[in-house]
Amino acid sequence: MIHSRIWKSLGLITAGLIAAAPLAAVAAEPLKVAFVYLGPRGDGGWTQQHDMGRLGLEKAMGDKIKTTFVENVPETADSERVLRQLAAEGNMLIFATSFGYMEPLLKVAKAYPKVKFEHVNGYKVADNVVVYEPRFEEGFYLIGVIAGQMTKTNTLGFIASFPIPSVVRNCDAMTIGALGVNPKIKTKAIWVSTWYDPGKERQAAETLIAQGADNVAQNTDSPASIQVAQEKGTYAFSIDADMAKYGPKAQLTGTTEDWSGYYIAETKKVLDGSWTGKRYTRWGLKEGMVVMAPLNSAIPPAAVKVFEEKKAAIIDGSLKPFMGPVKDNAGVEKVAAGKMMSDEDFNKINWFVAGVEGNVPQ
Amino acid sequence: MNPIVPMIASSVVAATPLIYAALGETITEKAGVLNLGIEGMMLVGAVAGFAATLATGSDLLGFTAAAAAGLALSLVFGFLTLSMQTNQVATGLALTLFGVGLSAFVGHDLAGVPLSALPPIDLPVLTQIPIVGPLLFHYDIMVYLSLVLFAAVQWFVSKSHAGLTMRAVGESPGVAHAIGKSVLTTRYLAVMFGGATAGIAGAYLSLVQTPMWVEGMSAGKGWIALALVVFGTWKPARVVLGAYLFGGVTQFQLFAQGFNLPIPTEFLSMLPYAATVVVLVIICRDPKTILLNQPASLGRSFHSTA
Repeated sequence: MIHSRIWKSLGLITAGLIAAAPLAAVAAEPLKVAFVYLGPRGDGGWTQQHDMGRLGLEKAMGDKIKTTFVENVPETADSERVLRQLAAEGNMLIFATSFGYMEPLLKVAKAYPKVKFEHVNGYKVADNVVVYEPRFEEGFYLIGVIAGQMTKTNTLGFIASFPIPSVVRNCDAMTIGALGVNPKIKTKAIWVSTWYDPGKERQAAETLIAQGADNVAQNTDSPASIQVAQEKGTYAFSIDADMAKYGPKAQLTGTTEDWSGYYIAETKKVLDGSWTGKRYTRWGLKEGMVVMAPLNSAIPPAAVKVFEEKKAAIIDGSLKPFMGPVKDNAGVEKVAAGKMMSDEDFNKINWFVAGVEGNVPQ
Repeated sequence: MNPIVPMIASSVVAATPLIYAALGETITEKAGVLNLGIEGMMLVGAVAGFAATLATGSDLLGFTAAAAAGLALSLVFGFLTLSMQTNQVATGLALTLFGVGLSAFVGHDLAGVPLSALPPIDLPVLTQIPIVGPLLFHYDIMVYLSLVLFAAVQWFVSKSHAGLTMRAVGESPGVAHAIGKSVLTTRYLAVMFGGATAGIAGAYLSLVQTPMWVEGMSAGKGWIALALVVFGTWKPARVVLGAYLFGGVTQFQLFAQGFNLPIPTEFLSMLPYAATVVVLVIICRDPKTILLNQPASLGRSFHSTA
């Protein structure tokens, strides 16, 4: 009698354990988050910042998540294969960290409707695809504020990679920022048709300096232009990461990104079920996604003061880089006085503002 | 300041790594071996040179280490294609892939470390001469050495006895073998020379042009060097000319953009490649030019039956 009771209760306990086991396993299963990188993690720029964001996410979320990454993924059909594989391996949240993954990503997203995709700098969304982008233009506006005050030749330079909206916008924002403090400046823009070719970036910087540009900013990935400025005794600005060690005298400031805040926020949304698709998120100086690199001590205090005022105005929302009136460099009015640029124009901007010498390949 | 002078100076610096790599490949191909692994050997040279200079502070040791690293990698290629008689095209491609990966692996901790550049030589009086001074006498030593290397290669190929042997091996290894020349030894030496110069070319990037190490920093220059050898129809003088032309046109298109000339940017970006193709077509308008100058046994394995 007693024995059979013991056996029965033991059996119940066992059955209970077996039934509970999968539940416990589900609860402990970490959310798999994947990152697709364009370059190597050690590129000293764009990809390095994303990887720091990933590490920040791991640190914040502990064992609730498990991250993986694939580096050196070209913006070709290869990226589709990588994205597909990551989705098939059970990653539920995938961050694709380059503009050129847009079409492959949309294709894969359609095939894996349950997986959530996050695409940087793009302009197409879907039910399970959102776009996130730093307000680079705020950083470049401030670069212009410094460059406009530091230039002696009234000529700024901009090394442009590819004619996509986010690159054009940066050149425009820098010029607007500089014109705000020095109406005499002009910007020379040169397209190098590469994200990453230190030799060619160097040649472009040398060209700009030879043509009189003494403050050169860049939208490419290597610190080559900062090294050139250091050699020639001119000024330069970093992008993505702080590159001051390559030119401590040359680098005046720069824009860098801190992605961890966004990665943590989005991962939390997936974990608590509040993640939704079809969103565009743009974070800037205020949210801490755009961070200015330390100011060089060569900048006089008066110029620093102007910089700090403009920065505070951007953060409190009273200053927006693309507030009208804005004219393009052919003289056509694009944004009327007192108006803001429409999101549509902002997302698809393909013209240089007045003050930029150069043209945008259409 | 006249912007033309810095433009030309900048083209010369851009052309120098191409000259080292392409002259080495010219020798390799003259001996009848096609090594498509220049890009890989350049990257390994770049990382080895950077690491050595970083550790010792000596640029000389940096370039020596780069040459040694390029040479070591070329020996792998030599062993496979010459001793094991594998397909040269496939092995060369594999060498590039291997070099890209190996350099990235070895250089992982070197990324983001700054290094000071090799300073230009300032000759007291000569540099002061207007225009000519900065144009001719204000480069780093490796630019001048690339011209010395050109002279040496030119002499070796056209005037020396050993050069004659090498050309015989490249044209007709069977005959060279029959008259008692060692095809294998000659080809090994040619491959090693090509490896060493590719290593130096890589170190020129990581020590002089942009003194830093980043993965894949050669950005396709190895392939351009390879094309220059064909472009120059295996003649050292034309190879060097081609390198300067390519460097110059690349610089010109950036220059034209900065001056805001009314030429579409797409057209300008195409120029370096278009100019190279046009010159290539002009040189080869007679199809015999390529056929006559291309080493007859290029890319073919030699198996001694004796």
